[in-house]
Amino acid sequence: MNKTIRISTMVVTASLLAATAQADKWSDQFPHIKNTGDVAGECSYESMSKKDYSGQKLTINTHAVPVIGEPTALHAQQFSKLTGAEVNVIHTPAGDLYSKAMIPFQAGQAPYDIVFGFSNFIRDWKQYLQPVPAKYVNMPQMQDVTQSHIDVNSWDGEMIQFPIDGDRHYLKYRKDVIDNPEYQAKYKAETGNELRIPRTWKEYAEMATFFNGWDWDNDGELEYGSAEVMKKDDLMFAAFFSRSVAYAKNPRVPGGYFFDLETMEPLINGPGFVEALTDWVEATKYVPPGGINFGLGDEINSFGGGQTLFSFSWDDAFVAAMQDDSPIKNKVGVAPLPGSDRVWNRSNKSWDMEYNQAPYIVWGWTAAVAKASKKHDMAFDYLCFFANDANHQADIAIGRFGVNPFKKSDFDADIYIERQGWDPIIANQYADTLMEMEEGSTNRVFPLRVPGVFQFNSAIATGTSKALAGQLSPQEALDEVAAEWKKIVKRIGADTVREAYSVGVALEDNL
Amino acid sequence: MNFKHKYMFLLPGLLVLLGILIFPIGFTVRLSLSSWDSFFPGLDFIGLENYVRLFTDDARFWESFQRLSFLSITTVFLQYILGFSLALMVWKDIVFQRFFRVLFLIPMMTTPVIMTVIWKTVFHESLGPVNDFFSLFGMTPLWLSSEGLSKVTVIIVEVWQWTPFMFLLLLAGLLSLPKEPFLAASIDGAGPIRKFVYVTFPLMAPISIGAIIIRLIEASKIMDTVYVLTSGGPGTSSETSSFYIFIKGLREFQFGYSAALSLTYLIIMIISLTVIAKMLVKLMIRS
Repeated sequence: MNKTIRISTMVVTASLLAATAQADKWSDQFPHIKNTGDVAGECSYESMSKKDYSGQKLTINTHAVPVIGEPTALHAQQFSKLTGAEVNVIHTPAGDLYSKAMIPFQAGQAPYDIVFGFSNFIRDWKQYLQPVPAKYVNMPQMQDVTQSHIDVNSWDGEMIQFPIDGDRHYLKYRKDVIDNPEYQAKYKAETGNELRIPRTWKEYAEMATFFNGWDWDNDGELEYGSAEVMKKDDLMFAAFFSRSVAYAKNPRVPGGYFFDLETMEPLINGPGFVEALTDWVEATKYVPPGGINFGLGDEINSFGGGQTLFSFSWDDAFVAAMQDDSPIKNKVGVAPLPGSDRVWNRSNKSWDMEYNQAPYIVWGWTAAVAKASKKHDMAFDYLCFFANDANHQADIAIGRFGVNPFKKSDFDADIYIERQGWDPIIANQYADTLMEMEEGSTNRVFPLRVPGVFQFNSAIATGTSKALAGQLSPQEALDEVAAEWKKIVKRIGADTVREAYSVGVALEDNL
Repeated sequence: MNFKHKYMFLLPGLLVLLGILIFPIGFTVRLSLSSWDSFFPGLDFIGLENYVRLFTDDARFWESFQRLSFLSITTVFLQYILGFSLALMVWKDIVFQRFFRVLFLIPMMTTPVIMTVIWKTVFHESLGPVNDFFSLFGMTPLWLSSEGLSKVTVIIVEVWQWTPFMFLLLLAGLLSLPKEPFLAASIDGAGPIRKFVYVTFPLMAPISIGAIIIRLIEASKIMDTVYVLTSGGPGTSSETSSFYIFIKGLREFQFGYSAALSLTYLIIMIISLTVIAKMLVKLMIRS
């Protein structure tokens, strides 16, 4: 953690603790912020109460309840009470968020002042969105956002989306099993290897296989190796990229992870990706019965309910496992995504035989203001209020809200120890792992953010799903994906896709 | 009455027809000749490019169509058998006749998406009650995640949901049959099976054909069950044409191409159902 981050973390933490210590009129009216009270800032409860939007109406299209939809509605209610605005919140299933906004965007209409969606929509949406005004970009609340999430919400240096959530994929594991001396001895005796937090996907597979299909926590139920998002069209492409970054993101080979930026040839069927998909096909043997049809909700319930040894994806499964009502609270740990013992080097077309690990700064929830809206000020004030320090601290403690850390001050373990009752070792492990991904690594992969992003991701989902189902071999499946990607690039135009892709490559290459 | 006045009375109906039928079809035709997608919004003109792509470079659509044919014919056949059986059961005077008539209709009155979510929970391989039962015998069938069984699960849910519709139409048909042929058959000493084969079934043939065609039209649009249960997976093993068109149109936002898919699908369905109707008439009435 560098000096600047440490100082800003201390300042924000101190201000939060100071706010907690003071009697607060706002937390009496709004129990949601009872732990912190109001936290001073441009968009605090106090500041918002001085605005008057009486007689004006704000319309928001957001996700279904509870994930993001519930905090959107809650903060809308609070905003309405503070400012007098009428706020109409419309809830939409995740799969329809893109099209529900895109159709009026393309028709030049503005039925929604604010649209919630995924941050990787940015390239397709950006021309219809109002950039975040400088006064919000420069405020202290925004200065606390990590650079990764500033980047995720910006396009070519301009902030287009308002940061409200932070996401990355990381490993979650059953700490009570991995740290159990009895199981460590048993594992050593049977495999000859150490039972430890897996450093590579091969170790992950070996441990998951070992702990698959028997009752290792003595609860009378069978447990399994891993819970993963494998259901077609249910965010599975992101799970595949998490598994492939270690094999395919070579820190010495700049110029593109998904495509070769120069030629715009897809790299998706290269040996690194094929190796990852081969591992993933093997993983179908150590997931719970029906695990090949698990969506994100199933993964959260499976790992969060204590059914599996491992899981990897967004924060939700971990937060669910650490909630008070969880049977495995304080029995889980977090670590960076496993790496690999070799990484493909496309420059010399050979494997570099060395350990490699790459964080996947996956897309997450974000929100933006429609350019065609006539209420920009009110809309940005709402988003700023949504993400103010008091609301944010309260929101990240509620697993179902889907709001995860994205501010530097979030990576302070004390927050989780004092407010959520986490074991200090786990809280520190969580804060350090996330912070290292955000600010420590220089070998990160960012989500694909190009025109027609859904077409590319849909092709990945279809191809990898065919491999998982045994319809095609990993190489055949990814060759099919590469062929589809070439057609999409040809339809949209190689230069157009390259121009957009270069923005993400610059982030990955730390330019 | 003036000649023009007659047309004035027709005008509201014609306008409604134009608005809700002719315009959308015309617009879809025009859309199918454009490249409208997330990046190129608008009605440019690319000729038959989308149709060429469909016929020369989209095996997935044709595979999904084969799958749809299998699923819709199988489900409607099973619905017909079960629906007819249930209708025959409550056609005659039995105890609690009204109760059973209402009971058999309940699945049809439930919301398909909600019921499919419930069925998904029931068939959940590691948490659902169906596999709790099968585990007693040491089995764990993969209802949603094996290529073959995922189709069986879709068929089970569809048959459960829509057999009542078939039952309703066939019961209405049975209740409207004339009594005389049955009296004549009784006088001739025909038993229940002969009466069914030589009287009931032939008399019900026109109604049966209507019911089968209506259900085939509905079954060919199968989408929500697949969407909720399997998302077309594993792989593409339960993907149907309508689900594929949904993916291309509303997920990938390829409006122009999905319009071409929709129109092609519509034309194929009109031709197929016309042929099937003729075949059924030949098979069930003329023979």
